[in-house]
Amino acid sequence: MDKGLDLRGVTIAKGDRTLISINRQIGPGDVLTIMGPSGSGKSTLLAYLTGTLSTDFRASGQVWLDGHDITHAAPYRRRLGILFQDDLLFPHMSVGANLAFGLRPGGSRAERAARVDAALAEVGLDGFADRDPATLSGGQKARVALMRMLLSEPCALLLDEPFSRLDAELRVQVRDMVFAQAKARALPVLLVTHDAMDRDAAGGDVFLMDDVEAGPDRATARPPG
Amino acid sequence: MNRRRLLPFVPMATLVLMLGPVLAGLWGTILPAFGQLSAAGLHGPSLDPFRMVFATPGIWQSIRLSVTTGLLSALLSLGIVILIFAGWSGTRSFRLLERLLSPFLAVPHAAAAFGLAFLIAPSGWIARLLSPWATGWGRPPDWLIVQDPWGLCMVAGLTLKEMPFLLLMTLAAVGQTDAIRSMAVAQALGYGRVSGWIKTVLPRVYPQIRLPVYVVLAYAMSVVDVAIILGPSTPAPLSVLIVRWMGDPDLALRLRAAAGALVQFGLVVMALGLWRMGEAAVGYFGSMWLYHGKRGRYDLVGRSFGLVLGGISALAILGGLVVLAVWSFAGFWGFPDLLPAELTLTNWTRHSAGIAQALTETALIASAATIISLVLALGCLEAEYRHGLRIGSRGLWLLYLPLVIPQTAFLPGLQTLMLGFGVTSGQGAVILAHVVFVLPYVFLSLGDPFRAWDAKMGVIAAALGAGPDRVLWAVRLPMLLRPVLTAVAVGIAVSVGQYLPTLLIGGGRVATLTTEAVALASGGDRRAIAVYGLMQTGAALIPFALALLVPALVWRNRRGLRHG
Amino acid sequence: MKRLALLAALLAPLSALADPKPADWDSVLAEARGQTVYWDAWGGSTTTNDFIAWVGEQVMADYGVTLEHVKLTDTADAVTRVLSEKQAGQNDKGAIDMIWINGANFASMKEAGLLFGPFAEQLPNWAFVDTEGKTVQTDFTVPVEGYESPWAMAQVVFMYDTARLDTPLGSMTALLDLSVAHPGRFTYPQPPDFLGTTFLKQALVDLLPDPTVLSEPASDANYDAVTAPLWAYLDKLTPTLWRQGKAYPATGPAQLQLIADGEVDLAISFSPGEATAAIANNQLPDTVRTFVLDKGTIGNASFVAIPYNSGAKAGAMVVANFLLSPASQARAQDPNILGYGTVLAMDKLSAPDRAAFDSLDLGIATLTPDQLGSVQAEPHPSWMTRIAEDWAKRYGVAQ
Repeated sequence: MDKGLDLRGVTIAKGDRTLISINRQIGPGDVLTIMGPSGSGKSTLLAYLTGTLSTDFRASGQVWLDGHDITHAAPYRRRLGILFQDDLLFPHMSVGANLAFGLRPGGSRAERAARVDAALAEVGLDGFADRDPATLSGGQKARVALMRMLLSEPCALLLDEPFSRLDAELRVQVRDMVFAQAKARALPVLLVTHDAMDRDAAGGDVFLMDDVEAGPDRATARPPG
Repeated sequence: MNRRRLLPFVPMATLVLMLGPVLAGLWGTILPAFGQLSAAGLHGPSLDPFRMVFATPGIWQSIRLSVTTGLLSALLSLGIVILIFAGWSGTRSFRLLERLLSPFLAVPHAAAAFGLAFLIAPSGWIARLLSPWATGWGRPPDWLIVQDPWGLCMVAGLTLKEMPFLLLMTLAAVGQTDAIRSMAVAQALGYGRVSGWIKTVLPRVYPQIRLPVYVVLAYAMSVVDVAIILGPSTPAPLSVLIVRWMGDPDLALRLRAAAGALVQFGLVVMALGLWRMGEAAVGYFGSMWLYHGKRGRYDLVGRSFGLVLGGISALAILGGLVVLAVWSFAGFWGFPDLLPAELTLTNWTRHSAGIAQALTETALIASAATIISLVLALGCLEAEYRHGLRIGSRGLWLLYLPLVIPQTAFLPGLQTLMLGFGVTSGQGAVILAHVVFVLPYVFLSLGDPFRAWDAKMGVIAAALGAGPDRVLWAVRLPMLLRPVLTAVAVGIAVSVGQYLPTLLIGGGRVATLTTEAVALASGGDRRAIAVYGLMQTGAALIPFALALLVPALVWRNRRGLRHG
Repeated sequence: MKRLALLAALLAPLSALADPKPADWDSVLAEARGQTVYWDAWGGSTTTNDFIAWVGEQVMADYGVTLEHVKLTDTADAVTRVLSEKQAGQNDKGAIDMIWINGANFASMKEAGLLFGPFAEQLPNWAFVDTEGKTVQTDFTVPVEGYESPWAMAQVVFMYDTARLDTPLGSMTALLDLSVAHPGRFTYPQPPDFLGTTFLKQALVDLLPDPTVLSEPASDANYDAVTAPLWAYLDKLTPTLWRQGKAYPATGPAQLQLIADGEVDLAISFSPGEATAAIANNQLPDTVRTFVLDKGTIGNASFVAIPYNSGAKAGAMVVANFLLSPASQARAQDPNILGYGTVLAMDKLSAPDRAAFDSLDLGIATLTPDQLGSVQAEPHPSWMTRIAEDWAKRYGVAQ
């Protein structure tokens, strides 16, 4: 079957206005960058892909992932990993528990703990398992969020301006790490950004969006359900 | 999974459970009010029950009392709240008042009323404080303060208790307007604090606190426990008469009670109509006043009034609780001694058995009613989140309905209806009756924080492979631990304070701390009243303390939740 | 169900036995041994419950009767129970063997034929009962006729604070004079509270030259004339009352707080031992004493009755008889135990028994049986119904 993320004639409209219309294929390890100013409805597309689009919008087209039609799959069955500009670590869990939450089920307690520790070590956060996420620096949080997502073994990566909150130096570091991990796992990546630096670093296909006025917040108003 | 299929039906079930008893109760009131009561072999239709009501000696005074005490206490509590906000919002005094008054929301009405009575009676603490050195009183003056025929003491008690409620509701409403900037603009234009707030912020805030104000009005007009403790008895307000008729072993008196309940309902509807017209009039003249552009010369007067009245209210409740505490440990305590001759534990030991029993009953009913309400409220909110099933813009109105319809109007009918179906009154029935009143408050308390939760957390969790149930249990609820526990505390406090539903639906056989305390009111044994009143207050307040303490302990190592 | 039917069949021969004959006391004693008596009695007071438990120990030790206290909140529940048993045709082995009862509940049970008897006057200890001075042969004017056996007396007394009021009062008129001279020093519980209506009854009985007219039901013909002195009295008294009669204490016990605060100087009570107990509980100052009126005060007795369908009538009679024993009566009178008035006549007792009563420390504020004097009978209930209604019209609506 075809590996990769396949957007087949995806069109999202609100009322009479078409916000986005896209027909692209992202191969394993490839990056598609969607560019546009903020508020242009990029997040609407991500909400559609994760299955959390508000009912205010009308969408048509299909989404295929690794040869499966996931257009109507429940959000938690899509196996699409996502990173937002906020780290969105669960504040009530320790760093380790956050990672374990992402880790796919199976294995003994000790095995799972070992995998969590290994994941932390991989991003240079040895021994951080018991830390309160709120005490981490911005870069550390971003790394934890990345590893939490990767432990859930996604089949594709959605990045919603994930680097925009980081300062310039950190930004390069984290961005490189994300792309390297995606490459290593041969994951198709869809990057939404308004930053040309991100686009250049990604180096793949670029899809330019028209200026539209749909608020990004409205787009994700509906829950995954 | 079962739950997933059940969830969409939760909102409807909630509405039925909350409004069903209200509507059934009204129906159960209408039939006997017109002479139909099969259980007693009475068949209507007839207007005799109404004739009996209006033949009661002093009935017009009772009716007048219901209306005047209700309107007056609603006006007063709203007025004080407005003055406090207008004169002081954003200041340190305001923060202090808010901190002082908020906990009193949980103090049961009966306990607050007892405290007030113990303070201001001619033999109360204030008189003792001033006697005999300032007053020359060797014995209390023969002044009619508590239970005065005008019901002013009752108005004071109700105002004390309703003000914290309106204060918190207003606080929430003000948060949704850009009050600070409006005030800055108004003051820059040369308006004083009070007139500026009233002219620029109040018109936007009032529509949002309108329903709570109606709740206060309807409640004050039909309250029973406060009326028994502080209200006049020659004659008593209508609501007290209704309850007395309900308690009579002679079933024929149920007809009179039902007719009285309908009269009460009509009175509340009329008073709400009057209030609505008042709103329109104030709105009309207010806009003229706005146009006038006067900058408010009485600003200082208004400000001082607000602070003084707010301060007095806070001190009255606080002082009331302290005097309750002193009485509960009092040996012999004659007038005008400031403190008892000796302190003793005997009052507590003497009542320990009764208290233990009443506390168990109270805890059982409160936790059952709160758990049911919490599950339903969470179910509704989660159904809204998952399936977009909003009750709609009228939902809020429906939510307030059981609180706006006077208890004395539908609870007698509910009990009579149960009698007709041969349903025995007992714990189960009382729990369900409590749910009617607990659920709206739990819902109101939980709704905003639940909806304010960052939905992206849910998106992330789902992207990590967590189903909706796991998101709810493992992410959302733990993160919302504090608001959930606060909602539980609110529910428990509401349930603990319920007098009429417990008394009427329990058929007088379900004895909670509140029914026991109010029953003790007639006996006038201040020591027993103090012991029960304090227990009642504790039962309502301790859950709030836990709601603060537990999340702080559980999440002591989670900085991200410390202010959440 | 099957097991119940079997049980009924087994028990049938027993129930066929005739009711025990109270006159043949020895056979009653013999039959009672081994029986269990379910006594339905108000259970709202710890002291009463303790006393009943003590009675249970005694009758077990002396007569082999097991006593079970069924704690009631309302005696009417027991009446309803017997009534529904009768309607269900359960004429034997009913759930209740003995009821603490008086007044209206007794009247309705007697009228409906729900009681066993007559038995009371055949009890051996009836010989000690004060049939002259205590109202034990009528119950709220209803003739008892042996269908219930007395065991405790309640009588109206007035509590007064000697620190503020020097001498006891001898009559209702004296009370009025005091209140006129010192307004605001007296009040009474608001009718229809039972102690409030008792005050009205007491006033009427004391004001009438001949209160015997009250033992007959009130009629339209005589009601106005008979009650006229009461209304005249209240018209004068009310403006001089505490709070000018615009507010009243809700119940009897509420008056205790008023005395303790020095708001009023005296108050009515239906329990001769109440003042002593209240002093012990810090509710009253220790300067409070009690008095009765010169012509005596209203009193009524508490009784025990046996339902017609009791399965342990002999055992119940043994308990009723034990309650009348000087030992039991002296214990009930002890204010540290119960503080109930005795129904026995002191001059009918043997010297040692009388000594047991004399040696009781009744407490500082309780009158001795002799000091309590003669008891006035309760008026027929119909008087109170009408008087309470008229009171509400005349004084229940303050201007």
